[in-house]
Amino acid sequence: MAQLQLREALRRAMQEEMRRDERVFLMGEEVAYYDGAYKVSQGMLAEFGEKRIIDTPIAENGFTGIAIGAAMAGLRPIVEVMTWNFALVAYDQIINSAAKIVQMTAGQYQVPMVIRGANGAAEGLGSQHSQALESIFAHFPGLKVISTATPKDAYGLLKSAIRDPSPVIFMESELAYGTKGEVPDEEYLIPIGKADLKRDGTDVTLVSWNKQVYNCLSAADQLAKEGISAQVLDLRTIRPLDEQALFDCINKTHRMVVVQEGFPFAGVASEVVSRVQEACFDALDAPILRITNRDLNQPYAPELEKMVLPSIDRIVAAAHTVCGR
Amino acid sequence: MAESVTKEQLLEMYRMMCLIRRVEELAAKAYTQRKIIGFCHLYIGMEAVAVGTSSALRPEDVVVAAYREHGQILARGVDPELVFGELFGKRTGTTQGVGGSMHMASREHNFWGGYGIVGGHIPLAAGAAFAAKYKGDDSIALVYFGDGAAQQGVFYEALEMAQLWKLPCIFLCENNFYAMGTSLERQSYLTDMSRRGDGVGMTRWQFEGFDAVEVHNNIAKAAEHCRSGKGPVIVEAVTYRYRGHSMSDPAKYRKDGELEEKKKRDGIDLAIDRLKSEHGVSDAELEAIKADVDVQAQAAYDAALAAPDADPSKLYDFTYATEAQ
Ligand SMILES: Cc1ncc(C[n+]2csc(CCOP(=O)(O)OP(=O)(O)O)c2C)c(N)n1
Ligand SMILES: [Mg+2]
Repeated sequence: MAQLQLREALRRAMQEEMRRDERVFLMGEEVAYYDGAYKVSQGMLAEFGEKRIIDTPIAENGFTGIAIGAAMAGLRPIVEVMTWNFALVAYDQIINSAAKIVQMTAGQYQVPMVIRGANGAAEGLGSQHSQALESIFAHFPGLKVISTATPKDAYGLLKSAIRDPSPVIFMESELAYGTKGEVPDEEYLIPIGKADLKRDGTDVTLVSWNKQVYNCLSAADQLAKEGISAQVLDLRTIRPLDEQALFDCINKTHRMVVVQEGFPFAGVASEVVSRVQEACFDALDAPILRITNRDLNQPYAPELEKMVLPSIDRIVAAAHTVCGR
Repeated sequence: MAESVTKEQLLEMYRMMCLIRRVEELAAKAYTQRKIIGFCHLYIGMEAVAVGTSSALRPEDVVVAAYREHGQILARGVDPELVFGELFGKRTGTTQGVGGSMHMASREHNFWGGYGIVGGHIPLAAGAAFAAKYKGDDSIALVYFGDGAAQQGVFYEALEMAQLWKLPCIFLCENNFYAMGTSLERQSYLTDMSRRGDGVGMTRWQFEGFDAVEVHNNIAKAAEHCRSGKGPVIVEAVTYRYRGHSMSDPAKYRKDGELEEKKKRDGIDLAIDRLKSEHGVSDAELEAIKADVDVQAQAAYDAALAAPDADPSKLYDFTYATEAQ
């Protein structure tokens, strides 16, 4: 089993899928000659050439729309948006075209494409470059949304996303691109819509996804030292949401904290809480708490930035609250 | 054309170019020491554009910039201590440590900021021009944007309405031949960026942006056009950046010898040539100014570093406007 960085796992998934299927191509700013703004596509131009690894001008709405059209015509585009903040420029095409074409054409046309890039805060990038945007894409029927920062999951899920006949929003993490993890050598796919229990426990479930999973695992370590057994559920896919995994967790631990990077208002955490309490009210021993960004645009200064983002301390404190100790 | 700028003005332009370069060099060093985090895009090599532009504008004119704005805000007269303060995340910074390198603003100087989404800031300047016309005042607006930004859809939309409504706006393209690692001819079919104006019938021209006097004269002409009610102009300053796109970019994509070739038209050197040959300024005088600037920049750096960090008690102060202006 190889230790791969997140970026290497993503790259391996794209390379394998491109070797497997002529129709798959990669398009985005800096993906070809610069080897990717975050080096995810390093070496891919050399292997696949300019026809399939395509540098674009800075015109997100345009190239995303072109990729949607190409997908409707039978190709399988992967669009790299560098960071999801920039995909807001393409929001119209993603929401009003990609998400709706199957429905508007009563299934005559499909949009088999993946739009991928870094999501969430890195460090000191300020208000416009630090957003975690799962909720505003997961809001829409017609899109699938994956958000993951572990190499093993990223590899298996990206392969599934590329083969999926629907448009898939694929969110990665700038800070985790260099993070290593074990990735099996043999090929495998991870089904979209399946959560993963990253750590088993009995007292409380910490639910999260993307790089906040790492914080949850650290929080669980800390809680273990205090005698609180926390399990960590990594949703991996935001839409479709793995309700069954959530229900199983609450039925087991009766206490839950949802850890979400991004703004609290109408966030994915709110959706999780609402579904769990609707279906499993009797299983709850405490209100489900959310740990999210503070309800603020991201400031630059390091100390302020830390105050805004979810932290291990805040997760541990929330676990204490729901456990009543 | 040199008559348009007096000896005193040119000495001041020289001083300002030296100051910008020194501030940026100190910023580069501070970045490697992690006193500055996040993205940091340096203006070195492009000083003549901001300096010649600012000297041709009036204080009441509005200036809007992207993220490579340290030099542009300094040229507008903002104290380097405030610029360093912002880079260091201090409460004494231009935006109290909230904005960082990419988001510096000064209402006092009608410098609207510092924006990080490529092209997103361009319509704001057209909006300032709209307001100037609406209010019937004499001011104009100017927006700096890159060759890469000229690909964004919102740029074309802003051009169209500015022209249709005869808004007093100068669209100033700083063509430095690269958008991140992508060279101009790989991201734009037409490489004379001012020709973007042709599609909307806008007055347009291109000029060399290394000579601050040339820049001054061209912007003065553009400002005169706008102020006299003839509507907007799009002008292109042909320039070059000496450093990478941001501090994390090693800029390996340049052609061999390209940087050295461009440096032969260094803005500071050109100002020195003019000051000596046209105004009889001595080497000793020029060196004294340079030495003075170095002291000023270092003092600003030291003072900024010693200032208190961003104020956590203000974390929630900037989400909404409170008292109407
Ligand atoms: C909408 C959007 N897409 C992509 C980016 C990433 N990005 C930041 S700067 C840049 C290049 C811009 O080049 P140019 O407009 O020529 O300005 P320069 O950096 O040369 O001053 C890119 C692609 C961004 N910030 N915003
Ligand atoms: Mg450029």
